[in-house]
Amino acid sequence: MLSIYCPHCAEHRDEEEFHYKGQAHIARPVDPDNCTDEEWGNYMYFRANPRGIHHEVWVHALGCRKFFNVTRDTRSYQIFESYPIGTSPAVTGEQGGQPS
Amino acid sequence: MQRYSGFGLLKNSVQHHENWQRAWRNPTPKKHYDVIVVGGGGHGLATAYYLAKEHGVTNVAVLEKGYLGGGNTGRNTTIVRSNYLWDEAALLYEHAMKLWEGLSQDLNYNVMFSQRGVLNLGHTLQDMRDIQRRVNANRLNGIDSEVLDTQGVQKIVPFMDCTANARYPVLGASWQPRAGVARHDAVAWGYARAADALGVDLIQQTEVVDMLMENGTIVGVKTDRYGEIRANRVGCVVAGNSSVLAKMAGFELPLESHPLQALVSEPIKPILDTVVMSNHVHGYVSQSDKGDLVIGAGIDAYTGYGQRGSFPTIEHTLQAIIELFPIFSRVRMNRQWGGIVDTCPDACPIISETPVQNLYFNCGWGTGGFKATTGSGHVFAASLAKGEMHPLAKPFSMFRFHTGALVDEHGAAGVAH
Repeated sequence: MLSIYCPHCAEHRDEEEFHYKGQAHIARPVDPDNCTDEEWGNYMYFRANPRGIHHEVWVHALGCRKFFNVTRDTRSYQIFESYPIGTSPAVTGEQGGQPS
Repeated sequence: MQRYSGFGLLKNSVQHHENWQRAWRNPTPKKHYDVIVVGGGGHGLATAYYLAKEHGVTNVAVLEKGYLGGGNTGRNTTIVRSNYLWDEAALLYEHAMKLWEGLSQDLNYNVMFSQRGVLNLGHTLQDMRDIQRRVNANRLNGIDSEVLDTQGVQKIVPFMDCTANARYPVLGASWQPRAGVARHDAVAWGYARAADALGVDLIQQTEVVDMLMENGTIVGVKTDRYGEIRANRVGCVVAGNSSVLAKMAGFELPLESHPLQALVSEPIKPILDTVVMSNHVHGYVSQSDKGDLVIGAGIDAYTGYGQRGSFPTIEHTLQAIIELFPIFSRVRMNRQWGGIVDTCPDACPIISETPVQNLYFNCGWGTGGFKATTGSGHVFAASLAKGEMHPLAKPFSMFRFHTGALVDEHGAAGVAH
């Protein structure tokens, strides 16, 4: 069971209260009508999937129902930080997915 | 290779079973191979076997970082079926099903393939409409498939709660009589033994740490134990670790690796002689020959490589099983585990050429790869041997995520695996 810190509620809560929403920091193409198939496909379907540090979106579905980002290690499942949408993570994956 | 037979068993029993030949060699790799298969799971071993048997390519190495069949082949819930909705998927899985039907004879190894039938339950009107659509599509593709009503389901599994006042009443099911289960370890061992007998080198405990490239063409791999091993063609069949290997080769795959959990109960007397799956309450169960109930459900929502998942997923799975089978409520669970499955956005695999010349990937089987072990190996071997994708594999190109030609099993059939 993951224990996830919700930055909006300022509390650690059990994983069951949250839903996972996939990779964070994905930018929608500025001009979708003029994307190449490759650009659009990459935006739609290609995700980082690292073995190591991963930045991801969670929503506090059974709590405040707000979205936020989490930095997690996909091997140990250790959570390093929760941070609001629109901000940058403090912990980032270096080569090989080790936290820096 | 020592052939297994009733007579052989008798002969060896007289010798107290001390003189059985080893099932496969443990060779040191050569410097060069025609084909290197990365990944010694069911699909990889099947690929090597069919390369040697059907295409005469015997100068083949299988590189496995752990032990043979130690990944998802040894962790799945062993269900084999082919009742997929879309033609592309249905034909591929039916190709696999036909190979399953002769596999034990083919390999001279009892894979305990038991065609005990699979029920996919429907609990809502929409479920039943989807089931009818899928069954019709199956029959047009020559796959045995029937729609059952509640009474029909009750007749097959008399002790399932099919009453109208259940929380999610069973309105019917799709039924594929030829589907069933197989002994998962035996599949890996059978393919390994048969491939080894044909001259394939099975190299265990050897991890691929890098790919050797020359002008956009792969020329071999670098391993942690034996350094560089060169090859004309390389096929990667590494399931959950596909993204990692693709990154070594310099491109990306549209995969996400998730933990998928399963569990088995203590062994009980024979009670369930078929496989019951339900997408709606989300669980599936069968009974192994040993007597334990083999139970599984969906993936953990988050991505992970840890070969374990979270408790809420197990709880959810068992809630579904108890909902269907109140009689199982006091059965104790014995073991629980997780595997890493590489899921594709459209829930169909990638069997494909890649941006790198002579490098091929077979991955993205997600939660349902075991049933396709035979067919996947068969078409991938043909592709590796000829350097051109097998017709059944063509729709599963990795480039479909750019062209938009997805095989959308996920949305249309809601397949649970």
